[in-house]
Amino acid sequence: MSEAPMFVAAATTRPMPPIRPEYERALEPLATLASEEPLALHQRLWQQTWLRKGLILIALALLWEVVATLQANDLLLPSFTATMRAFFEDMSNGIIPGRALNSLDVLVKGYVAGVVLAFVLTSLAVSTQIGRDLLSTLTSMLNPLPPIALLPLALLWFGLGQGSLVFVLIHSVLWPLALNMYTGFTSVPETLRMAGRNYGLRGLRYVLLILVPAALPAIIAGLRIGWAFAWRTLIAAELVFGASSGRGGLGWYIFQNRNELYTDRVFAGLIVVIMLGFLVENVLFRKLEQWTVIKWGMTR
Amino acid sequence: MNAYVSEAGLPLSSPLLSVKGVTLEYRAPGRVVRATQNVSFDVWESDRFILLGASGCGKSTLLKAVGGFIPPREGRILLDGQPVQGPGPDRVVVFQEFDQLPPWKTVRENVAFPVRVSGRLGRKEAAERADHYLEKVGLSRFADAYPNTLSGGMKQRVAIARALAMEPRVLLMDEPFAALDALTRRKMQEELLALWEDVRFTLLFVTHSIEEALVVGNRIALLSPHPGRMRAEINSHEWDLHSGGSPEFQAAANRIHRLLFDEAGAGDGVQE
Repeated sequence: MSEAPMFVAAATTRPMPPIRPEYERALEPLATLASEEPLALHQRLWQQTWLRKGLILIALALLWEVVATLQANDLLLPSFTATMRAFFEDMSNGIIPGRALNSLDVLVKGYVAGVVLAFVLTSLAVSTQIGRDLLSTLTSMLNPLPPIALLPLALLWFGLGQGSLVFVLIHSVLWPLALNMYTGFTSVPETLRMAGRNYGLRGLRYVLLILVPAALPAIIAGLRIGWAFAWRTLIAAELVFGASSGRGGLGWYIFQNRNELYTDRVFAGLIVVIMLGFLVENVLFRKLEQWTVIKWGMTR
Repeated sequence: MNAYVSEAGLPLSSPLLSVKGVTLEYRAPGRVVRATQNVSFDVWESDRFILLGASGCGKSTLLKAVGGFIPPREGRILLDGQPVQGPGPDRVVVFQEFDQLPPWKTVRENVAFPVRVSGRLGRKEAAERADHYLEKVGLSRFADAYPNTLSGGMKQRVAIARALAMEPRVLLMDEPFAALDALTRRKMQEELLALWEDVRFTLLFVTHSIEEALVVGNRIALLSPHPGRMRAEINSHEWDLHSGGSPEFQAAANRIHRLLFDEAGAGDGVQE
């Protein structure tokens, strides 16, 4: 209602900015900034992520302890303290470290083989049309297939032993990594590719010196996913079998103790699985990223 | 040994770079687009040769063809009388985009790396030469920084230092300052001319700015768009950064504007 008259008024007496006096000023050196005020101690502590997360862990352990005490059945749910006791016992007598080493041994073999195969497959895909078709067909076919579903077949082909485990591990690493690597290679900026060719780089040197570092964020992401898949697959596969040749891994440790109703040791085994997975994903890969792609500003 | 000290050879007998009747095409989805048609020009030693035209005249494609990234459909590109085959370190390109610098190398490594991998120098000599050219572009203080910490103008300076460190036969620049703000662009033009005074490299420079062409170049080739054809070649050696507002400069700019736009509408109206 009231806008219309105002609009008319604005159109008739059009506003003019006032003309103001000019000035020029010599810049004086900046006064020293007000000294920074440190935060209070509890505020600074609260900004530490590890402290907040540690508090959450302690709260969870307390909750566990309370629930276990109320429930009072060690077979179903042993208390946190009992689990810790079992954990330290088997740590000190070397059972858990031995089992973990067995698991990691198999894991590294399968992982490295998977990474090498993924690199070969992706290099083919980057350089030839048929390689590209091969990669996309194979990944769309095999990526949705849970590695553990291949275990019966692997047992048939390679028997009880490391061979079968390595086979399913390769399957779990290869496809997600190849897919990520390929996406990484194809998303290298055209300008950077041309700059690399401008240096006179060709073939494998071009791939290793330009494409691989330029695709590193995607490659590390792929390595991470591959690792996560491989770790879960391995523990699951060891639960199914793994007593082979007397060199069982962590999955076997869990399975065996469940059979003997040492539930506290089952929990201890689970905690080790969690801890190892956490260490690799959040410490090893995180460090790798910090030394490379984060330092270079390629990812945050 | 030094490719730039060419003043002794002033009675030049043949051009350094010859583009003869070059037609270029590129593939768009489902069709082939003709970028330039029957383009010819010669670049002589120590030239600051400008390819000027509106967008879509194929000037960048032409530069990439000289760089060896695109083989010509017809015609020949000769460097020192030899046909250009594929990209090589004797024709280094400075691109417009800031991502032309590998982000995983420090500024010094960025400049030294191509010198080393193209087999020109060993690791130590390459680093020394990198420092030399980084000083020339005023980035010595940032030699150990990573490119992601630099501003756009500084990244372009690194790219120029990298190109100069290769000591190429001809330096190719594809709208190198187009992504910079106006103040930085002006400063970079000044610095480029100062470097040319110092080193006397041969420059092939693509731009869509008439002012930049007049200021930076000593000879300007005008390309008409869709597909790019040679409209004119004019001299611009008399202009520099200080001739900006003069009436003669304005007249030259207007002349180029007329050549590029006016008669294209009247004379070439039947093109499509």
